[in-house]
Amino acid sequence: MSEPCFTLDGEDVPFVPGDTLLQAARRAGHYIPHLCWHPDFRAHGSCRICTVRVNGRMAAACAVQASEGLAVENHTEELDAQRKTLLQMLFIEGNHFCPSCEKSGNCLLQATAYQMGMEGPHFEEFYPDRPVDASHPDILLDFNRCILCELCVRASHEIDGKNVFAIAGHGIGTHLVVNSDSGQLGDTDMALTDRAAGICPVGVILPKRRGFVIPIGERRYDQDSVAEPGRQEAS
Amino acid sequence: MLHFPRHRNSLVQLLREAQEQHGWLPRPLLADLARELGLTLAQVEGVASFYRFFHLQPVGRWRVLFSDNITDRLLGSEALMAQLCERLRVKPGEMRTDGRVSVAATSCTGLCDQGPALLINHQLVITRLDAQRVARIAELIESDTPASSWPAEWFRIDDNVRRADVLLGQPIAAGQALAAALARGPAAMLEEMKRSNLRGRGGAGFTTGTKWALCREAAGSERVVVCNADEGEPGTFKDRVLLSRHADLVFEGMTIAAAAIGAKQGLVYLRGEYRYLLEPLRETLQRRRDAHLLGTAIQGHDGFDFDIDIHLGAGAYVCGEESSLIESLEGKRGTPRIRPPFPVQQGYMGRPTTVNNVETFCAAAHIAVQGGDWWAAIGTPKSTGTKIHSVSGDCERPGLYEYPFGTRIGRILEDCGARDTQAVQVGGPSGVCLSAFEFGRRIAFEDVPTAGAFMVFDRSRDMFEVARNFAHFFAHESCGFCTPCRVGTALVVKRMDKLAQGHGSRHDVDVLYELDKLMHGATHCGLGATACNPLRDTIAKFRPAYERHLKSLYFEPAFDLDAELSVARQITGRDDPASHLETAE
Repeated sequence: MSEPCFTLDGEDVPFVPGDTLLQAARRAGHYIPHLCWHPDFRAHGSCRICTVRVNGRMAAACAVQASEGLAVENHTEELDAQRKTLLQMLFIEGNHFCPSCEKSGNCLLQATAYQMGMEGPHFEEFYPDRPVDASHPDILLDFNRCILCELCVRASHEIDGKNVFAIAGHGIGTHLVVNSDSGQLGDTDMALTDRAAGICPVGVILPKRRGFVIPIGERRYDQDSVAEPGRQEAS
Repeated sequence: MLHFPRHRNSLVQLLREAQEQHGWLPRPLLADLARELGLTLAQVEGVASFYRFFHLQPVGRWRVLFSDNITDRLLGSEALMAQLCERLRVKPGEMRTDGRVSVAATSCTGLCDQGPALLINHQLVITRLDAQRVARIAELIESDTPASSWPAEWFRIDDNVRRADVLLGQPIAAGQALAAALARGPAAMLEEMKRSNLRGRGGAGFTTGTKWALCREAAGSERVVVCNADEGEPGTFKDRVLLSRHADLVFEGMTIAAAAIGAKQGLVYLRGEYRYLLEPLRETLQRRRDAHLLGTAIQGHDGFDFDIDIHLGAGAYVCGEESSLIESLEGKRGTPRIRPPFPVQQGYMGRPTTVNNVETFCAAAHIAVQGGDWWAAIGTPKSTGTKIHSVSGDCERPGLYEYPFGTRIGRILEDCGARDTQAVQVGGPSGVCLSAFEFGRRIAFEDVPTAGAFMVFDRSRDMFEVARNFAHFFAHESCGFCTPCRVGTALVVKRMDKLAQGHGSRHDVDVLYELDKLMHGATHCGLGATACNPLRDTIAKFRPAYERHLKSLYFEPAFDLDAELSVARQITGRDDPASHLETAE
């Protein structure tokens, strides 16, 4: 008996019951761009980069259950243009300066923006005031680049069992907060070995004293496209 | 008196009660609460900072919030707020240094038929503001006169029922509808609901009978009935009146739903703006318990146990969306959930949950008494029964108008005494904006659907300013979870403000179109998807209103280059022609 399938841009993609479109597509070697989705965590659905057309209707591929016969459009001109706009929104919302960022070349946001052909911000910048937190001996927090994917919140809660992070505020003022009386990372029990310390897809959570150990030009996405299997999300 | 168990699901309620005692929420208090509930301080901070009515910084002992719906503005609210700020020597949004008073604006308070309105300390409402009232309020606040000695007339809230049909005009004695439903039995009651073809009155229009049946059939032993009394859509105030005049019927509808789906637990999610309804509603609940209409063995039916609690919101429009409402009921940030699972499968605490609007429960009670066929005979084939409209804006008789579905827009305008009408916003900012050539269209899911708001604008109004007010509303109320809504609503506001300041060009209008298209398909929930509706409608139908705000048909920067040099001119003490940018005409 043949496996159940849906189609992705006309190609058959097999799935097992319980798969989302993104899970099945990724396993089959396809690339549906995404930022807040990670194979070790439940779907989140906040970045919306993985928005696809399912039987004509827009939906986040990370949240839609795969089912037999669905016709999914992924890399169309319209959808990729929309992804580029969403990426531009994330860039102008924070303060991103790729040339001087330690995460450059290892950054999922940057790599995805290259992949989608983003060449400029398009919208006016917000230039928010987001002071860095350098209070921890081993870890630096530069909130300027936060895209609110909540991967650190989820990793700290579900894997480290520490709940170091949470999301606060609302609307354009939504922001990441640290759990301590002072609100500073130095007053938490966060360790460099925590899963939360390594999962940030952008350059918010950075290990100290390791800057530019690997030169720009030889990094993860300098070597391989983000669309390659095994390169589609942060480690 | 504390009403809620010290449990993490009650966090929003506990924060609200703590704030009522302390005036604001100091960080040590959040830390104590976190320890007690087994949460982290950051988690509690995350919840407290989500809701607009919680204050993590000190606010004045007198906390004044002006309702900022467009209908309040049409009635002069902006000038009145400026007057109060001037008299009290306080800036909007800031606390006066003596800690006595702060004045700010808030989203629609649901009093559009008797505005401009304001809230004091989230507890009291003053309606029908005018310059005299504002002057007197300033004096009373300065002299710290307790609100109990303020003129009672100020706090009067009218029902303004102008046209009653079934829901507003045919009273049912407490217990009568429930007895009819129980006599039928759950299966037959569900059958009546399906025959009635009643569709939910909260806006989405899902068939209520089907929703109840799905909830009844869902796996799980404990089921929950939730009444959505969030009524956050600007311009809507029908649920306020139903809860004031017909609370028994609302609770009875919930109890009928409980009997039909097999629920023991009922929750009312009452918006924070309606705090003043809390005590009367609790009294009604107690009366119903005393009359064996709630509690154990209801109306003598062994095994039918059901009771209702009231949760109060804390200022968050997005919580009208049923899955964020459930998150809020569980004491969390009101972020909409990924669906599936749907609330009827896994809702409150993972239990099968049916969430229905206040008006829907009233209709269900009437259907229990008179049957599904009777209801289905009213209205149109796909939109059965009657619908209550909250009429406000430029008309002689604002208030509630109940009509069968299928009623012409023009008929409502005639009845409410609207003259020289330019546009009607039906269903609130997330609904549709209709211009004069469409007044022959009808209110129905088949044509013009509505959650209840009906805001009238005459030809003296600037429809661009209407759309700009709505844009600010959505940006203020975005939960901030998903990229297109969080950033998109903020970008729309920037563009609209740029146009309002006279810096706009056609390029800006094009960008607005682009944002509308993106947000329609890409957002996590309906808030972002509908946030640009008024924008799209007004650009399409009232284009001249936009073009009046354009400086050129080509690109314009958001700032005035020459004005930016004023600081440099001041420092250098120059103001000669050479110190100005050449402006090519």
